[in-house]
Amino acid sequence: MKQIKGVNDFVVKFANVNGTGSASANHMFAKAIFRMGIPVSPRNIFPSNIQGLPTWYEVRVSSKGYLGRRGGVDLMLCVNPQTMEDDVASVEPGGYFVYDSTRPLAPHLKRDDIHYFGIPLTAMCMREFEVARLQQLLKNVVYVGALAALLDIEFKILKDLLNDQFKGKEKLVSPNVHALEMGYHFAQENFACPLPIRLERGVNDAPHIRESQHILMNGNTAAALGAIYGGATVAAWYPITPSTSVVDAFSKYAERMRIDAGTGKRNFAIIQAEDELAAMGIVVGASWNGARAFTATSGPGLSLMSEFLGLAYFAELPVVLIDVQRSGPSTGMPTRSQQSDILAAAYASHGDTKHVLLFPATPQECFEMTVQAFDLAEQLQTPVIMMSDLDLGMNDVMSPPLEWDDSYEMNRGKVLDADALDAAETWGRYLDVDGDGICYRTLPGTHPDKGAFFTRGSSKNEMAVYSEKGEDYVKNVDRLLRKFETAKSYVPVPKVHDPIPVKKPKTKKKLGALFFGTSASPSYEAVEILASEGYPIDVMRIRAFPFHKDLDAFVHHHDIVFVIEQNRDGQMRQLIMNECHIAPDKLTSVLNYSGTPITARTIARQIRQALNVASADIVKLHPEIA
Amino acid sequence: MSYYKPKFHHPNLPKNELGYTVTDYDGAVSTLCAGCGHDSISAAVRNACFLSAIPPHRIAKLSGIGCSSKMPTYFLGRSHGFNSVHGRMPSVATGASVANRDLIYLGVSGDGDTASIGMGQFVHLIRRNVNMSYIVANNGCYGLTKGQISATSDLGSVGKYGGENPFEGIDLASLAVLQGASFVARSFSGDKEQLEPLIRAAMAHKGFAFIDVVSPCVTFANNVGSTKSYAATRENLESMPVDFVPMREEIRTQYKEGSSQSVTLHDGSIIQLHKASSEYRADSREDALMALQAANRTGKVLTGLLYLDPNAQDLNHTLELADKPLNSLSTDELCPGSRVLNSINEGLR
Repeated sequence: MKQIKGVNDFVVKFANVNGTGSASANHMFAKAIFRMGIPVSPRNIFPSNIQGLPTWYEVRVSSKGYLGRRGGVDLMLCVNPQTMEDDVASVEPGGYFVYDSTRPLAPHLKRDDIHYFGIPLTAMCMREFEVARLQQLLKNVVYVGALAALLDIEFKILKDLLNDQFKGKEKLVSPNVHALEMGYHFAQENFACPLPIRLERGVNDAPHIRESQHILMNGNTAAALGAIYGGATVAAWYPITPSTSVVDAFSKYAERMRIDAGTGKRNFAIIQAEDELAAMGIVVGASWNGARAFTATSGPGLSLMSEFLGLAYFAELPVVLIDVQRSGPSTGMPTRSQQSDILAAAYASHGDTKHVLLFPATPQECFEMTVQAFDLAEQLQTPVIMMSDLDLGMNDVMSPPLEWDDSYEMNRGKVLDADALDAAETWGRYLDVDGDGICYRTLPGTHPDKGAFFTRGSSKNEMAVYSEKGEDYVKNVDRLLRKFETAKSYVPVPKVHDPIPVKKPKTKKKLGALFFGTSASPSYEAVEILASEGYPIDVMRIRAFPFHKDLDAFVHHHDIVFVIEQNRDGQMRQLIMNECHIAPDKLTSVLNYSGTPITARTIARQIRQALNVASADIVKLHPEIA
Repeated sequence: MSYYKPKFHHPNLPKNELGYTVTDYDGAVSTLCAGCGHDSISAAVRNACFLSAIPPHRIAKLSGIGCSSKMPTYFLGRSHGFNSVHGRMPSVATGASVANRDLIYLGVSGDGDTASIGMGQFVHLIRRNVNMSYIVANNGCYGLTKGQISATSDLGSVGKYGGENPFEGIDLASLAVLQGASFVARSFSGDKEQLEPLIRAAMAHKGFAFIDVVSPCVTFANNVGSTKSYAATRENLESMPVDFVPMREEIRTQYKEGSSQSVTLHDGSIIQLHKASSEYRADSREDALMALQAANRTGKVLTGLLYLDPNAQDLNHTLELADKPLNSLSTDELCPGSRVLNSINEGLR
């Protein structure tokens, strides 16, 4: 029978029941691989439920440093009878299936093209441990021990991780180590270890990862740190998956880093609002008053915040919103990932509105772009929305370390203090003195008799006096467009990489691909796959809206441009068509909207279909299958 | 309505201790209907701030949407104002108040803005005890959309166009008492003698101070059968007079023995109130609710300071906010720097 082979290049998937303690064991597995210096990307695929429903954990190991999903499963570890049938079916031919053999495997679950490894996890734990809770929890640790033997994980790293995890609760270390050893010895004694797929320290063909001191962190934590470093003092929020951990992490760090040394009091305020309407209202009020304020939410919250976003746009208030996208519409699939709020965010609210969007692709960018969001919001006096998603926000992602320049000063934008007001001859809140569409703000309480004005959503003239005159309104909203033009030179520029050399291209057409956020990693990989098949594709990673002029040029320079994204309607494609005046047939959508993150294989397949690539040209994904 | 406001004033207008005259607390010319109760509230706010000698620029005015929410334009022209979103002023005020704890916050709303679209935010504003004064100009109808019945309209009250109201009205004062507001008052826009000291006390109070002001709509609810018309309110008024005595000033008014109560506010000022009965205590929620229920049952409009807890902890206290306003903190005070970030990186390997 065939066997999938490979060093540091495979996909392991865990099929668990949620609420059984599998998450921390699975995390330990991924972290051990990370500590061996091998590129790894774990993903949690979980239900909207606390206990009893199926949950999966997919770990990709890639010596080339691909961090997106590849697609397919080489080794399935299944301890959930509810999903076993599907889990068996999802293993690649020549792959491996590890299961709890306390009860015999049903005959219909037997495939003759994959390899089975039964470990009596339940029986072993019932025998070794007395406490019922430990009998359940340690099953997970036993299988990690077995995988250590099957895949060659360095055992000392696992023990170190257990010591880290139970710091302060040392009593728990020894049963956990015992469970690890039980699994390890069982595998050693009963199976030919290691498998043809295995790990090896130092085998790493990804210089960008090998040479930097990578960290393993999730995007939500990184964004929270960005809010701390960016000087946010007010966070208002309403709990919603998958954004909740942004404010949880902000709270954790603020309690450590934002306590006034003299008094022990807080240099921050976190308010759990009654709903997302209020969360955004609190942010608007705090921003109006000159504090750096933010909220974090997901699609349904974005819908509820739309009215306030329109007010903030028109009243020209800095607002920072972190949208950790999930599947929509409505409440959608709350624990599944998508990039489907693009249009809702870009044009949030009624009337003529446009908002600045940032698209981070890594935890490092979640950190940097959150800091930048506060500066941009204050410089541009407008809402800035950072478009993360569940995949980036809630999964541990390998990322270059976070960096900080100690010379950073918050850019508060055009705000007049009392001296500046005294020095100014005339001042009008909406006078475009500099011609860039950005006017001078004043904050409440600044000056005894200068600079006070009435902030309103309704129409006003340049002096902030109530006006329903058409010409005043038009002048104002046209200036807001001018400001949006100015924003183009403030926001992060798109990333372009050198094209991959292709010796004998099989097409004469100039191909390009546009993508953003979590679609980036699998897109880069797909482009490499297609280059190896003879199809060179130039790439541009979009990092902000409004779009940079280089994006227009990129589209016009290519015959076919693929827009790779994770929603049904090709929302980024629509936004590009709309904002850059591009004919629809120029842009071809490459989409996945199943709720699980897009894979490199999906992208490659859809591009091949669009190019009518002959099947003979397709490079086999598992050339090592013997 | 007037369309012109003279800029000159009598040279001998009295000045407050800051040297401001009452005209320094003026706003723009009102665009509300002539005779609107709301204009009397605006005047009371102006006078209250003048008498309490509050620097105008240290006040921030916030409102929602509706006739009531236009009011802040018509007083305190030297204060920043924010005409926000319908029913959402409470959240904006909450954010503003935590961002700068040093300013005085005055929210102005209406019965539609508070008791219908903004009910959720209103209740949560009370729950958090945000340090602000909150005035509802309550006329039982929607003015700007021309006379629809509002949620505070009394059962059986007749609207000019709406017919008889078939629904039980929401009593915002009872609700505020029940929900734990630390300062609850009711007044009548036509009762300047009572409204001004109440506003002064509300602004001196540390915590959430709510004043429900019956403010007749001359255009849509001043008709026969409306329970919030000038005539009906005057006829049914059951007023408990109030005096506000700033710190260091002598108490001059004398109420009858046993019927008055004095409460010292956080800033040392004193509010002296006349009570409906000698048993009534303004520091008892039960008494306030019983008095309100009794008045509602008999169709009376009970006005005065209904409930006060001068020692309640406001949101700034609950959040343990530092004394220095959050909006004034510098990069150095907020940003932990690269050394800390490097140690965070180390913990993620």
